Amino acid sequence: MSLSELAKSIHAIKFGLLSPESIRKMSVVNIKAADTYDEDGVPIDTGLMDRKLGTIEPGQKCQTCGNRVGQCPGHFGHIELARPVVHPGFAKLVYLMLRATCWNCGRLLLSEEDYRKYSIRMEKYKKKWPQFRFKLSDQIVKKAVKINECPYCHEGQFKIKFEKPTGYSEERKEGPKRIYSNEIRGRLERVTEADAALMGLDPSLARPEWMLLTVLPVPPSTVRPSITLESGVRSEDDLTHKLVDIIRINERLSENIDAGAPQLIIEDLWELLQYHVTTYFDNETSGIPPARHRSGRPLRTIAQRLKGKEGRFRSNLSGKRVDFSARTVISPDPIISMNEVGVPVDIAKQLTIPERINKYNLEELKTIITNGPDAHPGANYIIRPDGRRIDLRFPKDRKIIADAVEVGYVIERHLKDGDVVLFNRQPSLHRMSIMAHKVRVLPYKTFRLNLCVCPPYNADFDGDEMNLHVPQSEEARAEALVLMLVQEQILSPRYGGPIMGGIQDYISGAYMLTRKSTMLTRADASQLLASAGYRGELPAPAVKSPEELWTGKQLASLFFPKGFNYTLKSNICQKCDVCKQEDCENDAFVVIKDGKLVSGVIDKKSIGAQQPESVLHRLVKDYGTDMGRYYIDKAFKLFLAFIDSRGLTIGLDDEELPENGRLKVKADIHHAEEEVSKNINAYNEGLLERLPGRTLEETLETQIMQILEKAREDSGKTAKKYLKEGNTALLMANTGARGSLMNLAHMVACVGQQAVRGERISRGYQNRTLPHFKPGDLGAEAHGFVYSSYKDKLNPIEFFFHAMGGREGLVDTAVRTSQSGYMQRRLINALQDVRVEYDWTVRATDGSIIQYIYGDDGIDPAKSDHGEAVNIDKIIERVKAGGK
Amino acid sequence: MAKKKQPTPAEAEVEETVAAKVGAKTGEKAAKAPKTAAKAKGKPKGAAAKPKAAAATAPKAKKPKAAAAEVDEEDAAAEEPMRAKKREPEAPLPELPLVDQVLAKHDRRLPEKLVSRLKTKLVPLKSKLSEEQMAKVVEETYRSYIKALIEPGEAAGTVAAQSVGEPGTQMTLRTFHYAGVRELNVTLGLPRLIEIVDARRVPSTPTMTIFLDDEHKHDLSKAKGIAANIETVTVENVAKSIGYEMLNNFTIEVDAEMCEDKMIDLNYIAKSIEKLKIPGRVSVEGNNITVEPETTDRDKIKRIRERIMDLRLKGIKSIKRVVIEKKGDEYLLRTDGSNLAQVIENVKGIDKTKVYTNNVSEIAEVLGIEAARSAIIREAFEVLDQQGLDVDVRHVILVADLMTSTGKIRQIGRHGVSGEKSSVLARAAFEVTVKHLLDAAAHGEEDCLEGVTENVIVGQPIPLGTGIVELFMRFSKEGT
Repeated sequence: MSLSELAKSIHAIKFGLLSPESIRKMSVVNIKAADTYDEDGVPIDTGLMDRKLGTIEPGQKCQTCGNRVGQCPGHFGHIELARPVVHPGFAKLVYLMLRATCWNCGRLLLSEEDYRKYSIRMEKYKKKWPQFRFKLSDQIVKKAVKINECPYCHEGQFKIKFEKPTGYSEERKEGPKRIYSNEIRGRLERVTEADAALMGLDPSLARPEWMLLTVLPVPPSTVRPSITLESGVRSEDDLTHKLVDIIRINERLSENIDAGAPQLIIEDLWELLQYHVTTYFDNETSGIPPARHRSGRPLRTIAQRLKGKEGRFRSNLSGKRVDFSARTVISPDPIISMNEVGVPVDIAKQLTIPERINKYNLEELKTIITNGPDAHPGANYIIRPDGRRIDLRFPKDRKIIADAVEVGYVIERHLKDGDVVLFNRQPSLHRMSIMAHKVRVLPYKTFRLNLCVCPPYNADFDGDEMNLHVPQSEEARAEALVLMLVQEQILSPRYGGPIMGGIQDYISGAYMLTRKSTMLTRADASQLLASAGYRGELPAPAVKSPEELWTGKQLASLFFPKGFNYTLKSNICQKCDVCKQEDCENDAFVVIKDGKLVSGVIDKKSIGAQQPESVLHRLVKDYGTDMGRYYIDKAFKLFLAFIDSRGLTIGLDDEELPENGRLKVKADIHHAEEEVSKNINAYNEGLLERLPGRTLEETLETQIMQILEKAREDSGKTAKKYLKEGNTALLMANTGARGSLMNLAHMVACVGQQAVRGERISRGYQNRTLPHFKPGDLGAEAHGFVYSSYKDKLNPIEFFFHAMGGREGLVDTAVRTSQSGYMQRRLINALQDVRVEYDWTVRATDGSIIQYIYGDDGIDPAKSDHGEAVNIDKIIERVKAGGK
Repeated sequence: MAKKKQPTPAEAEVEETVAAKVGAKTGEKAAKAPKTAAKAKGKPKGAAAKPKAAAATAPKAKKPKAAAAEVDEEDAAAEEPMRAKKREPEAPLPELPLVDQVLAKHDRRLPEKLVSRLKTKLVPLKSKLSEEQMAKVVEETYRSYIKALIEPGEAAGTVAAQSVGEPGTQMTLRTFHYAGVRELNVTLGLPRLIEIVDARRVPSTPTMTIFLDDEHKHDLSKAKGIAANIETVTVENVAKSIGYEMLNNFTIEVDAEMCEDKMIDLNYIAKSIEKLKIPGRVSVEGNNITVEPETTDRDKIKRIRERIMDLRLKGIKSIKRVVIEKKGDEYLLRTDGSNLAQVIENVKGIDKTKVYTNNVSEIAEVLGIEAARSAIIREAFEVLDQQGLDVDVRHVILVADLMTSTGKIRQIGRHGVSGEKSSVLARAAFEVTVKHLLDAAAHGEEDCLEGVTENVIVGQPIPLGTGIVELFMRFSKEGT
């Protein structure tokens, strides 16, 4: 950001009301005609589309400022209202002020003593706690409203009633009497500045009587452009329609007043004018019918333009459309680095980066200019030092132009390899949803990304699309590179652990490579290491004769830094009572000594995404993010290369249980069924013991649920026991690559109880779920227990119950996303201004202290070690090793 | 160009609200912890106005922490595991002068927790490490700590909001969890989290955990006795039937068995009914209580009848049920419904320092705002933890601190934090756009463009992170 740009910075924005004088002052034309264009399509002078109001047609010059379409900001006009009307937004405030002030002398209804007291307090508040002064003025008004006799002129006060949305009446002895706007205006004019200030107004910016409009500002035509349809018919903006109404009624009103029409007619017209002005400001005012378009659609007037998600604030001011961005489908690419993003050539040719020519890049940029907009490393525009842009699409011979450019020209060149771009996937729920990548221009039409960045984006490839933004300034690029680059985001600030890492095949591959049975010949090992991009010597073979063989662990070790020590229990760990550590028969105890994988298999716990305290976490934490990127880019490729060479698939026979296993499952379920009927019988005979705080029915229900839940669990265990060694589905579940044992049990053994709202399925027909059952049947089958496994087949009844449970899941997801989305929006909105100051306190924007030190210890969770400030064990270990 | 920004503590309201509420309600019977806690928040008003060195602020921050620690202890005793490593062993702090010596050389103090952890780790290694190595470990620890410090300008709020909000998408929607015992359902998961940030006055499932004192906690029958004293018993609960008003009276048939179970005497019921001071007569006959109101208006009789049915004979208001749970070798009570003030004040035989409720606003009222802060942290963290979502406590702490920083619990949203922002534009951009704009105009408010939204709206850099810097270098245009 250059200094000149900063000079333009806005220091503050002050809000206030427009006084009638200022409205007239800023107006360029007094609008009198209720029409827009004449028959020839020429704007009528003093009409709503007067050319002094600004220009909306290309090529025309504004009659006020002389600018053309993009340049002319538009200019306000005004309408002189024949009688004042209440500004509907301030109707309530006007009501309060009417009641708080004397109708006769206009003083605030406070005894002199109170008045003094409050004035002093207000002064104090203004100095000390300006944010609370409105609360004080609320109190003041509340107090003044209660007083019935003016302490100054001793005039009795009438009770005033507010007839929503804009009417007021006084309860006089002779009956209720309407107070008209001119009367109100008269009363409020009498309010002194000091009194107004006590009531919470700032009289220099907002006099109370300004809340009654005598002059209506007419927004410039740029605010309410009319559009010409294809058929040549002009269509006016909603605001214009409303203004037409206002002018018409205003005209009639003033005619009638001039003609001395009866009071009744004038009042009616006045009321009508009030209605139109009210709907002009807010067409959703309660208590009055909304003004409608001819088609019956309610008009979108000023309030509606600002309000809500599609309103000006949320959709145009808080969120802005940008140039230099692209969006397309994403697809995976395990070969590119996690820091990179594959950008289709077609997109690279559209997105540009302005590059200033200097003596070092002159030659290169010349060739780029010669390439032009159609060949890839080309350029689209040249910007001369005088600001003129040269479009490279049109010149026949770009060579001439290329030769003409000099130092100081700016070239808008195509995106090329190595450029920094921001990459984003919605919903952007956390900061890792927008990260900086380095461009890799690739053929075809999709963005390509490394699979390890899927978890932070929460991306998959079933048709997901992502957005790409190109920073245009050097500062922006520098910040993106230093703060937002993917490798800098490996550790999540949410829990101080890696959020990126291996998923699915990476984990299966790592496991298959590092398990004990994997032995590799020199050819195999070389092949694998080559595809991982390893450069260096092959370690000494683990087996020398009869053939030289390497273990998978040896290969996996090659990517650890020297001196790296770590131990952990892997995902396949059975959690035995006594851990056998290195002697674990499952090889689940991972030991890395001096950068060598001594024992244990690498699986989800070591390299998985969202796994704190994993090998990957230690690497990033202790050796830096470059190490993290290196490991993910290189070692992970080794895992994939290995799984590619061996293959991993599941088929029907992976879901096949041997005969005795099937019998065991059946027996278990049968046993459970018997238990259920035992319970039902006990219930029927009244022998069932009631659980405290539950009815008998509830007791039975919970017990049946428990029995059936246990039955499913048992069937799962049986399934696990009887599944063959080398079952790939089991492998994936055990290593944490994909799926769980429960998923597997569903497929091979028994799907189990289906539930809706946390209970067994109980609705449908009277006293039964389906006509297939007897009324009152409490058995498992009648309430959604699915005996079959997915592989066996579900019978129609089971299928139906299963669908019921499944649908609940879908509904749940839909409801949850909207609920949590709103919660997140609120959280962000409440917390976004909170930051750490230079004195380490955490403060909100008004300077109020939220915390004296962040998080009670000043530690940044993103820099912490899974929440801990310092990993003392690691330090002790290091000192021990170093201080020998 | 630099906007002048000398942060001023705006704790204006604190003095009035907190002190008044806590002082009045607690009395001598209330736990002493919260009192000190309330003071801690009130005190630092002026103290931090001009924080000179970071070292000076650190010890000040400890005061609120002390209060939090007390609740934490309670935690450890309670069942729900605040992540295991957050719990520190209660062992006496080992003496290791070397550590203090090395640390004394530096100008920034390490958090006490870290120092004690360091000492506990080093003491057993005394023989294995040379003095020099020890010093090196301490030195390294200090360096690591400094490296892990948060940087000025860090958008701590946004990160906290994202870290608490993002897991929301992964939560299961309707989760009921049995608080130890099957009988009690407690809302958990996303709805509970929303409830907490909403700062609802009453949670959808209020519940209390009551620990018993040494005399009662090992004896089931004694525990039962206390439970019976807490549980609300209404006339309806002990009535077998209530005869309908045929004439101008109605008869309540009392279930003797129930009465015995609830330890209520028939005459006591009658007396309680009399105490309602309904004009008319109450008589006892066998197991029947007959009420004869004076009035003949059927509607009035009906109303009287309802009043009698809801009459609380025993127990504490709004505690609907009490369940006894065995935890380790002691018994504790869990309740459906919550009434912290009454339980602390009126129930005998309980450990008053450990009574807990999940009703945060009640805690604020009875024990003060610092206790409420701790409760919000604990409740929110437990929800996340129970769902298996790993979120750093510091994020939850920040949310809780923001909610309680004025001395009252403020909702995260339109009626609280967001609605009280000083910036007009920020408020208008959130919800109820038009109202905020109109009010701002009438009040003649000024928006100083200090927050995020405001600067996004006008298209200026936002004052967070690298945008906090207000010092710029002038460089010549001629270039590099």
